[in-house]
Amino acid sequence: MRQKLLLEFPKTPTGIDGLDEVTGGGFPKGRPTLVCGSAGCGKTLFGMQFLAKGISEYNEPGVFMSFEETKNDLAQNVKSLGIDLEKLIADNKLRIDHVRIERTEIEETGEYDLEGLFIRLNHAIDSIGARRVVLDTIESLFGGIQNSAVLRSELRRLFRWLKEKGVTTVITGERGDKTLTRQGLEEYVSDCVILLDFRIIEQIATRRLRIVKYRGSTHGTNEYPFLIDQDGISVLPITSLKLEHTVSDEIISTGLAELDMLFDKGGFYKGSSMLLTGSAGTAKTILASYFTLSSCKRKDKTLYLSFEESPEQLVRNMQSVGINLSPYLKSKMLHIHSSRPSLQGLEMHLLILHKLIEKLKPKTVIVDPISSLLSVGSIGEVRDMLVRLIDLLKTNNINAYFTSLTHESTLEEKDLTVNAVSSLADIWITLKNKKQDKQRGRCLRIVKSRGMGHESGTQYFSISSNGIKLEKNKKLLTHLES
Amino acid sequence: MAKEHQFELRLYIAGQTPRSVTALKNITKYCNEHLDGKYTIEIIDLLKNPQLAEGDQIFAIPTLVRKVPVPIRKIIGDLSNEEKVLVGLNIRPLARKK
Repeated sequence: MRQKLLLEFPKTPTGIDGLDEVTGGGFPKGRPTLVCGSAGCGKTLFGMQFLAKGISEYNEPGVFMSFEETKNDLAQNVKSLGIDLEKLIADNKLRIDHVRIERTEIEETGEYDLEGLFIRLNHAIDSIGARRVVLDTIESLFGGIQNSAVLRSELRRLFRWLKEKGVTTVITGERGDKTLTRQGLEEYVSDCVILLDFRIIEQIATRRLRIVKYRGSTHGTNEYPFLIDQDGISVLPITSLKLEHTVSDEIISTGLAELDMLFDKGGFYKGSSMLLTGSAGTAKTILASYFTLSSCKRKDKTLYLSFEESPEQLVRNMQSVGINLSPYLKSKMLHIHSSRPSLQGLEMHLLILHKLIEKLKPKTVIVDPISSLLSVGSIGEVRDMLVRLIDLLKTNNINAYFTSLTHESTLEEKDLTVNAVSSLADIWITLKNKKQDKQRGRCLRIVKSRGMGHESGTQYFSISSNGIKLEKNKKLLTHLES
Repeated sequence: MAKEHQFELRLYIAGQTPRSVTALKNITKYCNEHLDGKYTIEIIDLLKNPQLAEGDQIFAIPTLVRKVPVPIRKIIGDLSNEEKVLVGLNIRPLARKK
Protein backbone atom coordinates (compact mmCIF):
# COMPACT_ATOMS: atom_id res chain seq x y z
CA MET A 1 0.00 0.00 0.00
CA ARG A 2 2.73 2.33 0.98
CA GLN A 3 4.60 1.39 -2.14
CA LYS A 4 1.56 2.21 -4.20
CA LEU A 5 1.20 5.63 -2.64
CA LEU A 6 4.82 6.38 -3.42
CA LEU A 7 4.36 5.33 -6.98
CA GLU A 8 1.40 7.59 -7.40
CA PHE A 9 3.12 10.76 -6.22
CA PRO A 10 1.53 13.23 -8.61
CA LYS A 11 3.92 15.09 -10.89
CA THR A 12 3.70 17.80 -13.47
CA PRO A 13 5.77 17.41 -16.65
CA THR A 14 8.38 20.16 -16.80
CA GLY A 15 8.39 20.62 -20.55
CA ILE A 16 12.17 20.63 -20.44
CA ASP A 17 13.72 17.83 -22.48
CA GLY A 18 15.33 15.25 -20.28
CA LEU A 19 14.33 16.78 -16.96
CA ASP A 20 11.25 14.61 -16.61
CA GLU A 21 13.44 11.56 -16.86
CA VAL A 22 15.77 12.85 -14.19
CA THR A 23 12.97 13.78 -11.82
CA GLY A 24 10.95 10.68 -12.53
CA GLY A 25 8.06 12.52 -14.14
CA GLY A 26 8.45 16.20 -13.41
CA PHE A 27 7.94 18.72 -10.62
CA PRO A 28 5.71 17.92 -7.65
CA LYS A 29 2.20 18.66 -8.83
CA GLY A 30 0.49 21.58 -7.12
CA ARG A 31 3.55 22.48 -5.07
CA PRO A 32 6.35 24.99 -5.29
CA THR A 33 9.74 24.13 -6.74
CA LEU A 34 12.77 26.32 -6.18
CA VAL A 35 15.18 26.81 -9.05
CA CYS A 36 18.34 28.56 -7.97
CA GLY A 37 21.56 29.51 -9.65
CA SER A 38 23.96 32.37 -10.23
CA ALA A 39 23.34 35.19 -12.69
CA GLY A 40 23.08 34.09 -16.29
CA CYS A 41 22.54 30.42 -15.65
CA GLY A 42 19.17 30.33 -17.37
CA LYS A 43 16.68 30.64 -14.51
CA THR A 44 14.25 32.94 -16.27
CA LEU A 45 14.37 30.88 -19.42
CA PHE A 46 13.80 27.78 -17.35
CA GLY A 47 10.63 29.29 -15.94
CA MET A 48 9.48 30.56 -19.31
CA GLN A 49 9.92 27.19 -20.94
CA PHE A 50 8.04 25.53 -18.10
CA LEU A 51 5.08 27.79 -18.85
CA ALA A 52 5.30 27.82 -22.65
CA LYS A 53 5.57 24.05 -22.92
CA GLY A 54 2.89 23.68 -20.30
CA ILE A 55 0.58 25.61 -22.59
CA SER A 56 1.58 24.05 -25.90
CA GLU A 57 1.98 20.46 -24.80
CA TYR A 58 -0.19 19.95 -21.76
CA ASN A 59 -2.77 22.70 -22.21
CA GLU A 60 -2.06 24.14 -18.79
CA PRO A 61 -2.28 27.94 -18.76
CA GLY A 62 0.36 29.77 -16.78
CA VAL A 63 1.12 32.98 -14.93
CA PHE A 64 4.55 34.58 -15.01
CA MET A 65 5.12 37.06 -12.23
CA SER A 66 8.27 38.94 -12.98
CA PHE A 67 10.05 40.98 -10.38
CA GLU A 68 12.88 41.95 -12.68
CA GLU A 69 12.17 42.13 -16.36
CA THR A 70 9.28 43.89 -18.04
CA LYS A 71 6.82 42.12 -20.29
CA ASN A 72 8.47 43.54 -23.40
CA ASP A 73 11.95 42.52 -22.34
CA LEU A 74 10.77 39.02 -21.60
CA ALA A 75 9.01 38.76 -24.94
CA GLN A 76 12.16 39.91 -26.72
CA ASN A 77 14.37 37.51 -24.82
CA VAL A 78 12.40 34.38 -25.49
CA LYS A 79 11.51 35.21 -29.08
CA SER A 80 14.80 33.76 -30.23
CA LEU A 81 13.73 30.45 -28.73
CA GLY A 82 10.56 30.35 -30.75
CA ILE A 83 8.23 31.32 -27.92
CA ASP A 84 5.69 33.91 -28.99
CA LEU A 85 4.60 35.48 -25.71
CA GLU A 86 2.27 37.99 -27.29
CA LYS A 87 0.28 35.26 -28.98
CA LEU A 88 0.06 33.21 -25.81
CA ILE A 89 -1.17 36.27 -23.95
CA ALA A 90 -3.69 37.10 -26.68
CA ASP A 91 -4.98 33.52 -26.55
CA ASN A 92 -5.58 33.91 -22.81
CA LYS A 93 -3.16 31.14 -22.03
CA LEU A 94 -0.52 33.24 -20.37
CA ARG A 95 -0.51 36.21 -18.04
CA ILE A 96 2.59 38.22 -17.31
CA ASP A 97 2.54 40.53 -14.34
CA HIS A 98 5.56 42.70 -13.86
CA VAL A 99 5.90 43.73 -10.23
CA ARG A 100 8.00 46.86 -10.11
CA ILE A 101 9.01 48.18 -6.76
CA GLU A 102 10.67 51.57 -6.84
CA ARG A 103 12.44 52.05 -3.57
CA THR A 104 12.65 55.79 -3.97
CA GLU A 105 8.94 56.44 -4.32
CA ILE A 106 7.86 54.30 -1.40
CA GLU A 107 7.67 55.30 2.23
CA GLU A 108 6.82 52.81 4.96
CA THR A 109 4.93 53.70 8.08
CA GLY A 110 3.05 51.38 10.37
CA GLU A 111 1.92 47.87 9.83
CA TYR A 112 1.22 46.32 6.46
CA ASP A 113 1.15 43.00 4.68
CA LEU A 114 1.63 41.87 1.11
CA GLU A 115 -2.01 41.12 0.44
CA GLY A 116 -1.77 43.26 -2.69
CA LEU A 117 0.64 40.77 -4.19
CA PHE A 118 -1.63 37.88 -3.30
CA ILE A 119 -4.58 39.63 -4.89
CA ARG A 120 -2.66 40.30 -8.07
CA LEU A 121 -1.47 36.73 -8.31
CA ASN A 122 -4.87 35.34 -7.47
CA HIS A 123 -6.51 37.55 -10.06
CA ALA A 124 -3.99 36.53 -12.72
CA ILE A 125 -4.42 32.83 -11.92
CA ASP A 126 -8.20 32.93 -11.86
CA SER A 127 -8.57 35.06 -14.98
CA ILE A 128 -7.08 32.34 -17.21
CA GLY A 129 -7.51 29.25 -15.04
CA ALA A 130 -3.75 28.88 -14.64
CA ARG A 131 -2.25 25.58 -13.50
CA ARG A 132 1.35 26.77 -13.53
CA VAL A 133 2.97 29.79 -11.93
CA VAL A 134 6.48 31.20 -12.14
CA LEU A 135 7.81 33.79 -9.68
CA ASP A 136 10.99 35.30 -11.09
CA THR A 137 12.96 36.34 -8.90
CA ILE A 138 10.94 36.88 -5.77
CA GLU A 139 14.05 37.80 -3.81
CA SER A 140 13.97 41.17 -5.50
CA LEU A 141 11.35 42.08 -2.92
CA PHE A 142 14.08 42.17 -0.30
CA GLY A 143 15.60 45.10 -2.13
CA GLY A 144 12.33 47.03 -2.16
CA ILE A 145 10.89 46.38 1.26
CA GLN A 146 12.54 47.52 4.45
CA ASN A 147 10.74 45.33 6.92
CA SER A 148 12.23 41.94 6.19
CA ALA A 149 10.45 40.31 9.12
CA VAL A 150 7.12 41.08 7.48
CA LEU A 151 8.46 39.99 4.14
CA ARG A 152 9.66 36.66 5.42
CA SER A 153 6.44 35.79 7.13
CA GLU A 154 4.52 36.89 4.05
CA LEU A 155 6.65 34.73 1.79
CA ARG A 156 5.96 31.78 4.01
CA ARG A 157 2.28 32.58 3.73
CA LEU A 158 2.59 32.98 -0.03
CA PHE A 159 4.11 29.56 -0.57
CA ARG A 160 1.50 27.99 1.66
CA TRP A 161 -1.19 29.82 -0.24
CA LEU A 162 0.17 28.63 -3.58
CA LYS A 163 0.04 25.06 -2.33
CA GLU A 164 -3.56 25.49 -1.22
CA LYS A 165 -4.34 26.99 -4.58
CA GLY A 166 -2.97 23.80 -6.11
CA VAL A 167 -0.83 25.45 -8.77
CA THR A 168 2.54 24.01 -9.69
CA THR A 169 4.96 26.82 -9.04
CA VAL A 170 8.53 27.50 -10.04
CA ILE A 171 10.26 30.06 -7.86
CA THR A 172 13.64 31.27 -8.99
CA GLY A 173 16.33 32.49 -6.65
CA GLU A 174 19.77 34.01 -7.01
CA ARG A 175 22.53 31.87 -5.64
CA GLY A 176 24.06 33.09 -2.38
CA ASP A 177 27.58 32.86 -1.02
CA LYS A 178 27.12 29.97 1.31
CA THR A 179 23.45 29.23 0.92
CA LEU A 180 21.56 28.07 -2.12
CA THR A 181 19.77 31.39 -2.38
CA ARG A 182 20.73 34.80 -1.06
CA GLN A 183 17.75 35.12 1.23
CA GLY A 184 17.55 31.49 2.22
CA LEU A 185 14.38 30.79 0.26
CA GLU A 186 15.17 27.10 0.44
CA GLU A 187 13.90 27.25 3.99
CA TYR A 188 10.42 28.03 2.78
CA VAL A 189 10.26 25.95 -0.35
CA SER A 190 11.14 22.52 0.75
CA ASP A 191 9.46 20.20 -1.68
CA CYS A 192 11.83 20.35 -4.58
CA VAL A 193 15.03 22.31 -5.06
CA ILE A 194 16.96 22.41 -8.32
CA LEU A 195 20.35 24.02 -8.68
CA LEU A 196 21.58 25.38 -11.99
CA ASP A 197 25.26 25.91 -12.46
CA PHE A 198 27.33 27.58 -15.12
CA ARG A 199 31.05 27.00 -15.05
CA ILE A 200 34.07 27.10 -17.25
CA ILE A 201 36.35 24.10 -17.31
CA GLU A 202 39.47 24.52 -19.39
CA GLN A 203 37.93 27.39 -21.31
CA ILE A 204 34.87 25.40 -22.24
CA ALA A 205 31.60 26.51 -20.74
CA THR A 206 29.37 23.86 -19.30
CA ARG A 207 25.98 24.21 -17.76
CA ARG A 208 24.95 21.70 -15.19
CA LEU A 209 21.81 20.94 -13.27
CA ARG A 210 21.45 19.11 -9.99
CA ILE A 211 18.42 18.14 -7.97
CA VAL A 212 19.32 19.10 -4.44
CA LYS A 213 16.16 17.86 -2.91
CA TYR A 214 12.92 16.25 -3.92
CA ARG A 215 10.69 15.40 -1.02
CA GLY A 216 8.64 12.26 -1.37
CA SER A 217 10.22 11.15 -4.59
CA THR A 218 13.29 9.41 -5.83
CA HIS A 219 15.43 11.40 -8.20
CA GLY A 220 18.75 11.27 -9.94
CA THR A 221 21.48 12.67 -7.73
CA ASN A 222 24.10 13.36 -10.34
CA GLU A 223 24.97 16.60 -11.98
CA TYR A 224 23.35 16.62 -15.37
CA PRO A 225 24.70 18.75 -18.18
CA PHE A 226 22.17 20.95 -19.91
CA LEU A 227 22.18 22.95 -23.07
CA ILE A 228 20.50 26.17 -24.11
CA ASP A 229 20.01 26.44 -27.84
CA GLN A 230 17.34 27.56 -30.29
CA ASP A 231 14.94 24.96 -28.91
CA GLY A 232 15.37 26.14 -25.34
CA ILE A 233 16.76 24.11 -22.48
CA SER A 234 17.44 20.42 -22.72
CA VAL A 235 18.93 18.27 -20.02
CA LEU A 236 21.05 15.27 -20.79
CA PRO A 237 20.17 12.43 -18.52
CA ILE A 238 23.00 10.05 -17.85
CA THR A 239 21.41 7.13 -19.59
CA SER A 240 20.49 4.04 -17.73
CA LEU A 241 23.60 1.96 -17.99
CA LYS A 242 21.70 -1.24 -18.17
CA LEU A 243 22.47 -3.85 -20.72
CA GLU A 244 18.96 -4.47 -21.84
CA HIS A 245 18.91 -3.63 -25.51
CA THR A 246 17.39 -6.04 -27.95
CA VAL A 247 19.73 -7.66 -30.45
CA SER A 248 19.33 -8.52 -34.05
CA ASP A 249 20.49 -11.52 -36.06
CA GLU A 250 20.38 -9.57 -39.26
CA ILE A 251 23.71 -9.14 -41.02
CA ILE A 252 24.71 -5.93 -42.73
CA SER A 253 27.58 -5.29 -45.07
CA THR A 254 30.76 -3.46 -44.15
CA GLY A 255 30.41 -1.75 -47.48
CA LEU A 256 33.30 -3.69 -48.96
CA ALA A 257 32.49 -7.18 -50.25
CA GLU A 258 36.03 -8.41 -49.71
CA LEU A 259 36.00 -7.24 -46.12
CA ASP A 260 32.60 -8.85 -45.52
CA MET A 261 34.15 -12.16 -46.42
CA LEU A 262 36.59 -12.00 -43.55
CA PHE A 263 33.65 -12.44 -41.23
CA ASP A 264 32.06 -15.86 -40.96
CA LYS A 265 28.58 -14.56 -41.52
CA GLY A 266 29.54 -12.11 -44.24
CA GLY A 267 29.24 -8.81 -42.36
CA PHE A 268 28.33 -7.21 -39.04
CA TYR A 269 25.31 -7.83 -36.92
CA LYS A 270 22.83 -5.05 -37.31
CA GLY A 271 22.94 -2.61 -34.42
CA SER A 272 26.47 -3.47 -33.38
CA SER A 273 29.18 -0.98 -32.63
CA MET A 274 32.33 -1.12 -34.59
CA LEU A 275 35.72 0.39 -33.89
CA LEU A 276 38.36 1.12 -36.46
CA THR A 277 41.76 2.14 -35.14
CA GLY A 278 44.91 3.15 -36.91
CA SER A 279 47.53 5.84 -37.17
CA ALA A 280 47.33 8.78 -39.54
CA GLY A 281 46.81 7.87 -43.19
CA THR A 282 45.72 4.28 -42.74
CA ALA A 283 42.45 4.73 -44.62
CA LYS A 284 40.12 4.93 -41.63
CA THR A 285 37.88 7.53 -43.20
CA ILE A 286 37.77 5.63 -46.47
CA LEU A 287 36.58 2.47 -44.77
CA ALA A 288 34.06 4.50 -42.81
CA SER A 289 32.83 5.99 -46.07
CA TYR A 290 32.35 2.55 -47.56
CA PHE A 291 30.15 1.74 -44.63
CA THR A 292 28.31 5.03 -45.08
CA LEU A 293 27.74 4.31 -48.75
CA SER A 294 26.40 0.83 -48.16
CA SER A 295 24.13 2.09 -45.42
CA CYS A 296 22.74 4.73 -47.77
CA LYS A 297 22.26 2.15 -50.49
CA ARG A 298 20.23 0.07 -48.07
CA LYS A 299 18.11 3.21 -47.63
CA ASP A 300 19.14 3.45 -43.99
CA LYS A 301 19.33 7.02 -42.83
CA THR A 302 22.91 7.80 -41.98
CA LEU A 303 24.45 10.41 -39.73
CA TYR A 304 28.13 11.14 -40.24
CA LEU A 305 29.83 13.12 -37.50
CA SER A 306 33.05 14.53 -38.74
CA PHE A 307 35.44 16.18 -36.33
CA GLU A 308 38.14 16.79 -38.88
CA GLU A 309 36.66 17.50 -42.26
CA SER A 310 33.87 19.71 -43.50
CA PRO A 311 31.07 17.99 -45.43
CA GLU A 312 32.32 19.30 -48.80
CA GLN A 313 35.84 18.25 -48.07
CA LEU A 314 34.77 14.77 -47.10
CA VAL A 315 32.65 14.33 -50.20
CA ARG A 316 35.43 15.60 -52.46
CA ASN A 317 38.08 13.42 -50.88
CA MET A 318 35.98 10.31 -51.08
CA GLN A 319 35.27 11.01 -54.72
CA SER A 320 38.98 10.51 -55.36
CA VAL A 321 38.73 6.87 -54.33
CA GLY A 322 35.53 6.23 -56.20
CA ILE A 323 33.05 6.74 -53.39
CA ASN A 324 30.32 9.10 -54.43
CA LEU A 325 28.40 10.35 -51.44
CA SER A 326 26.90 13.50 -52.93
CA PRO A 327 23.65 11.96 -54.33
CA TYR A 328 22.79 10.67 -50.87
CA LEU A 329 23.63 13.98 -49.34
CA LYS A 330 21.20 15.60 -51.75
CA SER A 331 18.46 13.07 -51.14
CA LYS A 332 18.91 13.68 -47.40
CA MET A 333 19.65 10.00 -46.84
CA LEU A 334 23.00 11.11 -45.52
CA HIS A 335 23.55 13.89 -43.06
CA ILE A 336 27.08 15.06 -42.39
CA HIS A 337 27.55 17.07 -39.23
CA SER A 338 30.94 18.70 -38.93
CA SER A 339 32.11 20.45 -35.82
CA ARG A 340 35.31 21.24 -34.03
CA PRO A 341 35.79 19.08 -30.96
CA SER A 342 36.95 22.05 -28.92
CA LEU A 343 33.83 24.04 -29.77
CA GLN A 344 31.98 22.58 -26.82
CA GLY A 345 32.47 20.35 -23.87
CA LEU A 346 32.04 16.65 -24.17
CA GLU A 347 28.53 16.61 -22.83
CA MET A 348 27.50 19.19 -25.33
CA HIS A 349 28.74 17.01 -28.15
CA LEU A 350 26.77 14.17 -26.71
CA LEU A 351 23.72 16.35 -26.26
CA ILE A 352 23.92 17.58 -29.84
CA LEU A 353 24.26 14.01 -31.00
CA HIS A 354 21.24 13.12 -28.90
CA LYS A 355 19.23 15.83 -30.56
CA LEU A 356 20.43 14.95 -34.04
CA ILE A 357 19.49 11.33 -33.48
CA GLU A 358 16.10 12.35 -32.24
CA LYS A 359 15.54 14.63 -35.18
CA LEU A 360 16.94 12.53 -38.01
CA LYS A 361 16.27 9.07 -36.60
CA PRO A 362 19.27 7.56 -38.36
CA LYS A 363 19.88 3.83 -38.64
CA THR A 364 23.62 4.30 -38.87
CA VAL A 365 25.89 6.72 -37.04
CA ILE A 366 29.53 7.27 -37.90
CA VAL A 367 31.87 9.21 -35.64
CA ASP A 368 35.11 10.12 -37.33
CA PRO A 369 37.37 10.19 -35.39
CA ILE A 370 36.27 9.61 -31.84
CA SER A 371 39.80 10.26 -30.61
CA SER A 372 39.39 13.98 -31.36
CA LEU A 373 37.16 14.21 -28.36
CA LEU A 374 40.12 13.39 -26.16
CA SER A 375 41.30 16.92 -26.66
CA VAL A 376 38.31 18.25 -24.73
CA GLY A 377 38.19 15.95 -21.79
CA SER A 378 40.13 13.64 -19.58
CA ILE A 379 40.23 9.96 -20.36
CA GLY A 380 37.72 9.20 -17.64
CA GLU A 381 35.26 11.71 -19.00
CA VAL A 382 35.73 10.54 -22.56
CA ARG A 383 35.15 6.97 -21.56
CA ASP A 384 32.11 7.99 -19.61
CA MET A 385 30.76 9.83 -22.58
CA LEU A 386 31.46 6.99 -24.95
CA VAL A 387 29.69 4.52 -22.72
CA ARG A 388 26.69 6.80 -22.80
CA LEU A 389 26.96 7.30 -26.51
CA ILE A 390 27.23 3.60 -27.27
CA ASP A 391 24.41 2.94 -24.87
CA LEU A 392 22.27 5.49 -26.63
CA LEU A 393 23.00 3.99 -30.02
CA LYS A 394 22.47 0.44 -28.84
CA THR A 395 19.13 1.11 -27.21
CA ASN A 396 18.01 2.66 -30.48
CA ASN A 397 19.42 -0.24 -32.46
CA ILE A 398 21.65 2.03 -34.49
CA ASN A 399 24.71 0.75 -36.29
CA ALA A 400 27.64 2.58 -34.81
CA TYR A 401 30.94 3.04 -36.57
CA PHE A 402 33.78 4.78 -34.78
CA THR A 403 37.21 5.54 -36.07
CA SER A 404 40.05 6.34 -33.73
CA LEU A 405 43.45 7.76 -34.39
CA THR A 406 46.31 5.95 -32.70
CA HIS A 407 49.93 6.91 -32.63
CA GLU A 408 52.39 4.74 -34.41
CA SER A 409 54.93 5.04 -31.67
CA THR A 410 52.73 3.85 -28.84
CA LEU A 411 51.55 0.34 -28.48
CA GLU A 412 47.93 -0.03 -29.44
CA GLU A 413 47.07 -1.44 -26.05
CA LYS A 414 48.43 1.66 -24.35
CA ASP A 415 46.53 4.11 -26.46
CA LEU A 416 44.00 6.03 -24.43
CA THR A 417 41.02 6.01 -26.74
CA VAL A 418 41.59 2.45 -27.74
CA ASN A 419 41.65 1.62 -24.08
CA ALA A 420 38.43 3.46 -23.52
CA VAL A 421 36.47 2.16 -26.46
CA SER A 422 37.80 -1.24 -27.39
CA SER A 423 36.04 -3.06 -24.61
CA LEU A 424 32.76 -1.38 -25.51
CA ALA A 425 32.93 -2.10 -29.21
CA ASP A 426 31.57 -5.32 -30.67
CA ILE A 427 33.93 -5.38 -33.59
CA TRP A 428 37.43 -4.01 -33.63
CA ILE A 429 39.58 -3.69 -36.71
CA THR A 430 43.08 -2.22 -36.64
CA LEU A 431 44.76 -0.65 -39.61
CA LYS A 432 48.52 -0.39 -40.06
CA ASN A 433 51.08 0.89 -42.47
CA LYS A 434 53.98 -1.51 -42.90
CA LYS A 435 57.22 -0.85 -44.66
CA GLN A 436 57.59 -3.41 -47.38
CA ASP A 437 60.31 -3.28 -50.01
CA LYS A 438 60.74 0.46 -49.48
CA GLN A 439 57.04 0.87 -50.17
CA ARG A 440 54.16 1.45 -47.90
CA GLY A 441 52.07 -1.63 -47.43
CA ARG A 442 48.65 -1.21 -45.98
CA CYS A 443 47.17 -3.92 -43.87
CA LEU A 444 44.22 -4.57 -41.63
CA ARG A 445 43.50 -7.09 -38.95
CA ILE A 446 40.31 -8.01 -37.18
CA VAL A 447 41.03 -7.99 -33.49
CA LYS A 448 37.64 -9.06 -32.31
CA SER A 449 34.17 -9.74 -33.51
CA ARG A 450 31.59 -10.55 -30.89
CA GLY A 451 29.34 -13.47 -31.64
CA MET A 452 30.96 -14.36 -34.93
CA GLY A 453 34.08 -16.11 -36.14
CA HIS A 454 36.49 -14.08 -38.23
CA GLU A 455 39.64 -14.25 -40.25
CA SER A 456 42.47 -13.69 -37.83
CA GLY A 457 45.42 -13.05 -40.12
CA THR A 458 46.72 -9.76 -41.39
CA GLN A 459 45.19 -8.73 -44.69
CA TYR A 460 47.06 -6.49 -47.08
CA PHE A 461 45.19 -4.03 -49.21
CA SER A 462 45.81 -1.24 -51.67
CA ILE A 463 43.99 1.96 -52.47
CA SER A 464 43.49 3.29 -55.97
CA SER A 465 41.01 5.62 -57.63
CA ASN A 466 38.72 2.61 -57.78
CA GLY A 467 38.83 2.26 -54.05
CA ILE A 468 40.17 -0.32 -51.65
CA LYS A 469 41.29 -3.68 -52.94
CA LEU A 470 42.24 -6.48 -50.63
CA GLU A 471 45.17 -8.53 -51.84
CA LYS A 472 43.90 -11.97 -52.28
CA ASN A 473 45.79 -14.37 -50.14
CA LYS A 474 45.44 -18.08 -50.36
CA LYS A 475 42.77 -18.44 -47.77
CA LEU A 476 40.66 -15.72 -49.25
CA LEU A 477 40.93 -17.26 -52.70
CA THR A 478 39.63 -20.57 -51.48
CA HIS A 479 36.91 -18.73 -49.68
CA LEU A 480 35.91 -16.93 -52.85
CA GLU A 481 35.94 -20.07 -54.93
CA SER A 482 33.89 -22.12 -52.57
CA MET B 1 -3.04 78.60 -7.82
CA ALA B 2 -5.76 76.68 -6.08
CA LYS B 3 -5.25 73.81 -8.45
CA GLU B 4 -1.65 73.42 -7.41
CA HIS B 5 -2.71 72.70 -3.92
CA GLN B 6 -5.23 70.08 -4.90
CA PHE B 7 -4.21 66.63 -3.70
CA GLU B 8 -5.53 63.47 -5.29
CA LEU B 9 -5.01 60.48 -3.07
CA ARG B 10 -5.88 56.86 -3.46
CA LEU B 11 -6.04 54.38 -0.66
CA TYR B 12 -5.79 50.74 -1.61
CA ILE B 13 -7.30 48.30 0.85
CA ALA B 14 -8.37 44.67 0.81
CA GLY B 15 -11.60 44.42 2.75
CA GLN B 16 -12.39 46.21 5.98
CA THR B 17 -9.39 44.99 7.94
CA PRO B 18 -8.38 46.80 11.14
CA ARG B 19 -5.27 48.08 9.39
CA SER B 20 -7.25 49.51 6.50
CA VAL B 21 -9.68 51.19 8.85
CA THR B 22 -6.80 52.69 10.84
CA ALA B 23 -5.10 53.88 7.66
CA LEU B 24 -8.24 55.59 6.41
CA LYS B 25 -8.85 57.18 9.77
CA ASN B 26 -5.27 58.45 9.90
CA ILE B 27 -5.11 59.92 6.43
CA THR B 28 -8.51 61.59 6.79
CA LYS B 29 -7.31 63.17 10.00
CA TYR B 30 -4.03 64.46 8.49
CA CYS B 31 -5.78 65.83 5.46
CA ASN B 32 -8.38 67.63 7.49
CA GLU B 33 -5.70 69.13 9.64
CA HIS B 34 -3.22 70.16 6.97
CA LEU B 35 -4.89 70.34 3.58
CA ASP B 36 -7.88 72.45 4.42
CA GLY B 37 -10.30 70.54 2.19
CA LYS B 38 -8.10 70.73 -0.92
CA TYR B 39 -7.95 67.01 -1.44
CA THR B 40 -9.84 63.96 -2.61
CA ILE B 41 -9.43 60.44 -1.30
CA GLU B 42 -10.51 57.54 -3.44
CA ILE B 43 -10.76 54.22 -1.71
CA ILE B 44 -10.13 51.13 -3.80
CA ASP B 45 -11.02 47.78 -2.35
CA LEU B 46 -8.94 45.21 -4.18
CA LEU B 47 -11.15 42.38 -3.03
CA LYS B 48 -13.84 43.94 -5.21
CA ASN B 49 -11.58 45.19 -8.01
CA PRO B 50 -8.47 43.01 -8.09
CA GLN B 51 -7.63 44.10 -11.63
CA LEU B 52 -6.79 47.60 -10.36
CA ALA B 53 -3.75 46.42 -8.39
CA GLU B 54 -1.47 46.08 -11.38
CA GLY B 55 -1.88 49.61 -12.68
CA ASP B 56 -0.53 51.35 -9.61
CA GLN B 57 1.95 48.56 -8.87
CA ILE B 58 0.35 47.68 -5.55
CA PHE B 59 1.90 44.85 -3.60
CA ALA B 60 1.39 45.89 0.02
CA ILE B 61 -1.87 46.57 1.84
CA PRO B 62 -2.74 49.22 2.83
CA THR B 63 -1.03 51.50 0.29
CA LEU B 64 -1.65 55.20 -0.07
CA VAL B 65 -0.86 56.63 -3.50
CA ARG B 66 -0.46 60.31 -4.21
CA LYS B 67 -1.57 60.62 -7.83
CA VAL B 68 -1.57 64.42 -7.93
CA PRO B 69 0.63 66.36 -7.68
CA VAL B 70 3.11 64.32 -9.66
CA PRO B 71 5.47 62.55 -9.22
CA ILE B 72 3.59 59.62 -7.81
CA ARG B 73 4.45 58.80 -4.22
CA LYS B 74 3.47 55.72 -2.27
CA ILE B 75 3.21 55.11 1.41
CA ILE B 76 2.65 51.61 2.65
CA GLY B 77 1.39 50.70 6.12
CA ASP B 78 -1.36 51.91 8.42
CA LEU B 79 0.02 55.48 8.23
CA SER B 80 0.42 55.68 12.01
CA ASN B 81 3.47 57.93 11.88
CA GLU B 82 2.14 61.38 11.01
CA GLU B 83 5.48 63.00 10.31
CA LYS B 84 6.52 60.27 7.90
CA VAL B 85 3.23 60.49 6.04
CA LEU B 86 3.46 64.25 5.69
CA VAL B 87 7.04 64.08 4.50
CA GLY B 88 6.15 61.23 2.18
CA LEU B 89 3.29 63.19 0.63
CA ASN B 90 5.22 66.42 0.76
CA ILE B 91 2.54 68.23 2.77
CA ARG B 92 3.64 71.24 4.75
CA PRO B 93 2.14 70.83 8.19
CA LEU B 94 -0.19 73.73 8.92
CA ALA B 95 -0.31 72.91 12.59
CA ARG B 96 3.26 74.03 13.13
CA LYS B 97 2.57 77.48 11.77
CA LYS B 98 0.41 78.16 14.76
